[in-house]
Amino acid sequence: MGANKIRKALIALGILLLLLAPFIGIYPVFVMKLLCFALFACAFNLMLGYVGLLSFGHAAFFGMAAYVTGHSVKVWGLTPEVGIIAGALVAAVLGLVIGSLATRRQGIYFAMITLALAQMVYFFSIQAPFTHGEDGIQGIPRGFLLGLVDLSDTLNMYYFVVGVFLFGFLVIYRTINSPFGQVLKAIRENENRVISLGYRVTHYKIAAFVISAAFTGVAGGTKAIVFQAATLTDVHWQMSGEVVLMTLVGGVGTIFGPVIGAGLLVVLQNYLASVGSWVTVITGVIFVVCVLAFRRGIVGEIAERLKR
Amino acid sequence: MQELLGVPAAVLFGQLLLGLINGSFYALLSLGLAVIFGMLNVINFAHGALYMTGAFVAWMLLNYLGIGYWPALVLVPIAVGALGVLMEKTMLSRLYKLDHLYGLLLTFGLALIIEGLFRNGYGVSGQPYPIPDILSGGYNLGFMFLPIYRGWVIIASLIICFGTWFLVERTRFGAYLRAAVENQQLVRAFGINVPLLMTMAFGFAVALAGVAGVLAAPIYQVSPLMGQQVIIVVFAIVVIGGLGSIMGSIITGLGVGIIEGLTKTFYPEGSAVVVFVLMAIVLVLRPHGLFGRPRT
Repeated sequence: MGANKIRKALIALGILLLLLAPFIGIYPVFVMKLLCFALFACAFNLMLGYVGLLSFGHAAFFGMAAYVTGHSVKVWGLTPEVGIIAGALVAAVLGLVIGSLATRRQGIYFAMITLALAQMVYFFSIQAPFTHGEDGIQGIPRGFLLGLVDLSDTLNMYYFVVGVFLFGFLVIYRTINSPFGQVLKAIRENENRVISLGYRVTHYKIAAFVISAAFTGVAGGTKAIVFQAATLTDVHWQMSGEVVLMTLVGGVGTIFGPVIGAGLLVVLQNYLASVGSWVTVITGVIFVVCVLAFRRGIVGEIAERLKR
Repeated sequence: MQELLGVPAAVLFGQLLLGLINGSFYALLSLGLAVIFGMLNVINFAHGALYMTGAFVAWMLLNYLGIGYWPALVLVPIAVGALGVLMEKTMLSRLYKLDHLYGLLLTFGLALIIEGLFRNGYGVSGQPYPIPDILSGGYNLGFMFLPIYRGWVIIASLIICFGTWFLVERTRFGAYLRAAVENQQLVRAFGINVPLLMTMAFGFAVALAGVAGVLAAPIYQVSPLMGQQVIIVVFAIVVIGGLGSIMGSIITGLGVGIIEGLTKTFYPEGSAVVVFVLMAIVLVLRPHGLFGRPRT
């Protein structure tokens, strides 16, 4: 149980670091962005890492939730937490539809189907009136948490985002380490055997997909509140590619991998903002290098070294 | 003016022609994907980027070297095919023993690199490519106007598609290919160089994307975005058709193009999503696709 103790110590250390970050000179908005993407990547990894299904359409859930949260807070005047829940619910329903269709096929077909259906959501976002097409939803008010806490104060907002992230992370962690999660891992290892054991594999896959979509929605809605905007980039398929890369860099099928990967890429993008469209090329190179030489990702690689 | 189904006939036939043109490109590209998938078990995400590269190389040949359309039609596929061979030899071939997803991810990364490079060099605004003199102008068919170049594209792509079908289904080389798809080990035991066969298949399929790029250059704007716009539709076509057969991808590609054209006539707002709706319907009714075999 040594590994488990190390893991628990790491989690405690991470939480402590998160709580203290604004006081040790780390820019809170940057950490908030990082946490939103980290939650996104963790939710995505639930599918790729633990069911072995590569979804190339997760931007649909991320972006649609951002739109719904933005619209419900800005136009309907809902409080931010209700707005995020609304975004997550819409993402979950969307996840149920896309998941039911996509789980009819496996492997690369699954990837292509999720990508194509997500593209449908993208076209919808261009045309639907409430998303404001190319402009997106701008100037979303941060509002008052539970009608009490003023989120326009950066520190309040920061701790709210930390809370949302920890909640999401822990739920995903519990899901993975539950009997349900064990069945998912078994599906990843040998689907036919799980079928022969009498499990209704498709139902498990769809359930995992809905959970993954819902927490992707939480991440997207929170991002909309933090940056006070929801735009087409959030639904674009390159966003789907980005979350795949975050997970791959950090380590597919590891608990911390997506968090580390998201952190690394957000940092990288911050530094590379000045080189403009070279970011795409560099992202592509990282993709290729990871696939060719570095498939376990950072956390996966470290775990492998420790085992030896 | 004559009317058909409540729409002016010229508009209807115009959209049908446009759909047929788009369909020709869909067919060429999904055909290439089918060959690559059949041989290498990889979905080539970079296929759209290579199609775009084909168009750009044709444009560069004309603008930097003064080499026109007809030589480009030969040179570009060779250049793009060579790039494909390089990709397969140095990168893809290392991934065959792993999960198929890694091939998809690798080619996705390559697509980002290729598109990013062209975007840095040329921006996202399209470059025009002139129609060659012999093929400019058009005929008035009475019920519609047919630009010669568009007619040529449809005929050329049909010839290429059926040529590929003939090569794969009716020649000795094609027989080796199909045998290697069924059982690599056995074909290797007969003394056939399977890795070489795979490299050639990839190079050939990618060259097809290159040809499509040259054919497309005078019709669409030559832009770094032209690949990613078309590739997702082609993926949907692959799901609809099921990658079952060469003929299947040709028919599905053309068919989807025509359906898109018809949608544009009767319900313009739906033309961008009709392919994906079609895909969803096919998935519900025939999850393995129209031409696919179950459980592949």
